[in-house]
Amino acid sequence: MIIYAALFAFICFALAVLMNLWKIISADEIADRILALDAMFINALATMVLYGIALGTEIFFEAALIIAMLGFVSTVAYARFILRGNIIE
Amino acid sequence: MFSEYLIAGFLIMAGIFGFVGSFGLLKLDDPMSRLHAPTKATTLGVGGVLLASMVHGFTVEGHLSLHEVMITLFLFLTAPVTALFIAKVHIHRHQTPESLPKAGDDIKWATHDVSVETAEPKTDGPDERHG
Repeated sequence: MIIYAALFAFICFALAVLMNLWKIISADEIADRILALDAMFINALATMVLYGIALGTEIFFEAALIIAMLGFVSTVAYARFILRGNIIE
Repeated sequence: MFSEYLIAGFLIMAGIFGFVGSFGLLKLDDPMSRLHAPTKATTLGVGGVLLASMVHGFTVEGHLSLHEVMITLFLFLTAPVTALFIAKVHIHRHQTPESLPKAGDDIKWATHDVSVETAEPKTDGPDERHG
């Protein structure tokens, strides 16, 4: 039963990543693009943790943690670059 | 058996939340409404996956792991910060001081108040930075 629920969640998050990708391509303002990129990071993290559940292993947690940190830092850096014109002052 | 139902319930809830969060990003009209959907619903979706992973590790694999709590805490702390930055980008690019409501005691909102951000330490001459 867990595997069917995991399959359902896989399909949901895969569709979510595709919708984020479409938003990144078709967005007409840059705030939407940053937002879609941030949501895509989070959805990719969820897919990776789901893969760990489906395989019954814990090897993906470090990768998930690194994706979470890189997603936050890159979103803040992109937004700061738009706001200030440079990242490290 | 009960734990399987619990894990499956968490997974289905997480899938629905994640899907709704990204669908709202496409569906909503106003830019600041679009900010609402992924930052709340997607974070809840990831929270559901991580809860399911914790229950799965405790009941099926037989040992309690707290890695997921770390990821959950990190995501729940950083989601408001990224939302604030994206809202500031929107104000910076698409709003003027006239199009926003009044900023209370201040003259302008902080994103538009350039005098605070560009305040540099006093220099003696204008050419000192190039020397």
